[in-house]
Amino acid sequence: MISNLAKAGWRFKRPSVIPGFGLTLGFTLAYLALIVLIPLTGLVWRSASLGFTGFWQVASDPRTVNALKISFGTAFVAALINVVFGVIVAWVLVRYRFPGRRIIDAIVDLPFALPTAVAGIALTSLYAKNGWIGQLLQPLGIKVAFTPIGITIALIFVGLPFVVRTVQPVMEEIRKEVEEAAATLGANRFQTITRVLLPGLQPAILTGFALAFARAVGEYGSVIFIAGNLPYVSEIAPLLIVIRLEEFDYAGATAIAAIMLLLSFAMLFVINLIQAWSRRRYGYGT
Amino acid sequence: MALDLPQTESSAKVWHPATTESRAARYALIAITLAFLGLFLFMPLVSVFVEAFRKGPAEYFAALLEPDARAAIRLTLLVAATAVPLNLIFGVVAAWTIAKFEFKGKAFLTTLIDLPFSVSPVISGLVYVLLFSSHSVLGPWLKSHGIEVLFAVPGIVLATMFVTFPFVARELIPLMQHQGTTDEEAALSLGANGWQTFWHVTLPNIKWGLLYGVLLCNARAMGEFGAVSVVSGHIRGLTNTMPLHVEILYNEYNFVAAFAVASLLALLALVTLVLKTLLELKYGAELRAASGH
Amino acid sequence: MDVRVSGVRKEFDRFPALHDVSLEINSGELIALLGPSGSGKTTLLRLIAGLESPTEGKVFFGDEDASLKSVQERNVGFVFQHYALFRHMTVIDNVGFGLKVRPNSSRPSSEEIRRRSSELLDFVQLSGLEKRYPAQLSGGQRQRVALARAMAIEPRILLLDEPFGALDAKVRKELRRWLREIHDKTKHTTVFVTHDQDEALELADRVVVMSQGRIEQIGTPDEVYDKPNSPFVYSFIGESSKIDVRVENGELWLADRRLGLKSDLPDGDASLYFRPHDVALVSDSDACIMGTVVASRRVGATRRVELEIGGASERIEIGISADHPAKEMSGIAFRPQHWRVFPKS
Repeated sequence: MISNLAKAGWRFKRPSVIPGFGLTLGFTLAYLALIVLIPLTGLVWRSASLGFTGFWQVASDPRTVNALKISFGTAFVAALINVVFGVIVAWVLVRYRFPGRRIIDAIVDLPFALPTAVAGIALTSLYAKNGWIGQLLQPLGIKVAFTPIGITIALIFVGLPFVVRTVQPVMEEIRKEVEEAAATLGANRFQTITRVLLPGLQPAILTGFALAFARAVGEYGSVIFIAGNLPYVSEIAPLLIVIRLEEFDYAGATAIAAIMLLLSFAMLFVINLIQAWSRRRYGYGT
Repeated sequence: MALDLPQTESSAKVWHPATTESRAARYALIAITLAFLGLFLFMPLVSVFVEAFRKGPAEYFAALLEPDARAAIRLTLLVAATAVPLNLIFGVVAAWTIAKFEFKGKAFLTTLIDLPFSVSPVISGLVYVLLFSSHSVLGPWLKSHGIEVLFAVPGIVLATMFVTFPFVARELIPLMQHQGTTDEEAALSLGANGWQTFWHVTLPNIKWGLLYGVLLCNARAMGEFGAVSVVSGHIRGLTNTMPLHVEILYNEYNFVAAFAVASLLALLALVTLVLKTLLELKYGAELRAASGH
Repeated sequence: MDVRVSGVRKEFDRFPALHDVSLEINSGELIALLGPSGSGKTTLLRLIAGLESPTEGKVFFGDEDASLKSVQERNVGFVFQHYALFRHMTVIDNVGFGLKVRPNSSRPSSEEIRRRSSELLDFVQLSGLEKRYPAQLSGGQRQRVALARAMAIEPRILLLDEPFGALDAKVRKELRRWLREIHDKTKHTTVFVTHDQDEALELADRVVVMSQGRIEQIGTPDEVYDKPNSPFVYSFIGESSKIDVRVENGELWLADRRLGLKSDLPDGDASLYFRPHDVALVSDSDACIMGTVVASRRVGATRRVELEIGGASERIEIGISADHPAKEMSGIAFRPQHWRVFPKS
């Protein structure tokens, strides 16, 4: 296969003395195809076979539209909140030394390590009306569990480390000289942070936002317990896929999945654009 | 709280360093951080254990020793013990291809490997349902040969492999790219063959990164919920992993038992975090040098 | 603006970086702080800027005590070694930054800021690059932007930390001449840090030689080169040869030979310093330095010979004319023309 691709002036692979290229590339492609590409292609093929009308019928169904709106809306709000607090958390972890900092730094990764179902039932028990937090909010008339607010809280949980871990390393690399330069030019600390440091972090912050958002849109386990899953109110798109599957409505499930995939890939594309743009313009990415 | 920060504020007019915030701002930011993480991360974690022991240790252990719970634990271990080694092998092989060679389409291949990260877990399960269900191309053939994939252990393993697919490769690729190929070229020039070079030169260089990737891969494999939930069929004692068992118990209002099983998973998460932190403390420079997270 | 540093000591975590340093900088002067790394020159520069505060001592701007003033209040133009340009801002926004962050009452209008920034870019010969980002500039161009940015705030003093340190040799030389021209035009009081003696000697009105947290000598380039006042300055600036000698009754002795050089040091061991090229060969006199040639090589227009003096332990170099028939193992007698003797350290 490699020799077929090799034409004059165009080389598939740069020559190397290191052995095993054909074998490892072959294995990588085969495994990738078996586990990821063929199953995903099946989904694309299946949704294509629905035809435009069949697809549109599912896509325009008010329940589908509402579920997508709720998924993307809550994910967006949660990612925004994560950007604000994630940047503060990253700043505190990078800049300040205080007892317990290492523990705090480690615990930021909890959402990566804690199974989503566990997070889901724990958050639900906290925000239920007799839970530790729920009972404080109850007298104020704020209902969290079984509302979009509950969904947002679960999505804040799963998305936080994406923002912190994207921004943190870039923050660590800020040269002290840059802050000093701003100060010698007369900028006070607030101006230095808002006009020099944060704009410099903008590509990292945008990437962190996109990652948290993408993850939150597809999130299932931590959300379904706290959401209450009322159609049109607190039913998320991944749950609707599961419901359609349980109804053996494979066409419906496939169509919703295809829409979500499309939107997720668009997100991925946007992330790559941000990084390419930032690298071209400022000479650094994230 | 005693802060280890440069001394400032003592007399009326003091010189203030140019690159730090005022003490008040520092305290406020630390307070916001602690409050936010306390509310969103710490309290849920603590509540798992509190809820699990709500009715005392006897109930707690009873919930863990009950046959369905034991079956769920066994299945979870089995799934992880299958999916993680397979993805480990894939990760090392893929990283070798991508990091040690220059070829066309390398960036695209890297993107494809990352693909499962951007797919909703539910969709990761769905693709296997579509592939193996009785309506699919493969379904009837499998059925006629008596092979069960869906609503059985193979399906659960496949879905888990899908969602944990990129973990090891993702950790190793930047690490191996950073290390370059000079060590391998030196070994080859000294007469080592390819396998000896990998075993004696490459592997020792990447072992900590590898362990790091395996750790994260394992945590996700044992805790995966959405994808597994779609393909498992929720058959008690047979196709329920621990997270699925937690869901069933919770939906049956058996909260203590649900949190008891959940506490095992939370413990797994804590162990993962501790090991991960230790790895970062000891080999942080190596791991960070390469990571592009 | 006159700047005076008075009795300054600086410690970092109890580690002393500067000991009792005093320095007067006159208005309009171009001063070089010259020394090896770790000599405290950058610390001194940062203390003047207000980026560090002295453990003891004071910094005066004119008659005003600036020690407690923050860096923002001091109004100094600081050019960092790696320029520290704001990478997300265009060139013109970098230059205008100092004016934009002024409080409302003293901030020029945005057209005025743009006009002044363009003028400065013109002045540093970068017109046409206004819309570029720092990543799109060469090292020399970044250096000019950094200088324009520092000058935009009309600083009371310009401070430059290793301004040419990150540039390659050719660009360094160009920028060195250019900085001198800029200084002659603007007459800004300027202090720059360097470890490169050629740079210091060529550019500065006065050179401050530093070592181990102390000022060794302050003087014009001629003074520090021709009349070094310490063994350190002798060996750090230019080339020097050193011979261990003995003082007896106001005369220098090497073993049992008189060198024909006088000294007013008290009797005892001492070190004789001189420039290798600044020697006169003498024909067989008893008051001179005698040596045996052990190596000889041609350096440019002169010949450099390595001599063994009074036993194998002492070897020095001197410069002689290229046509001198110096051969290995032949003897040479010479006397330094300019020299200094310091008590043996």
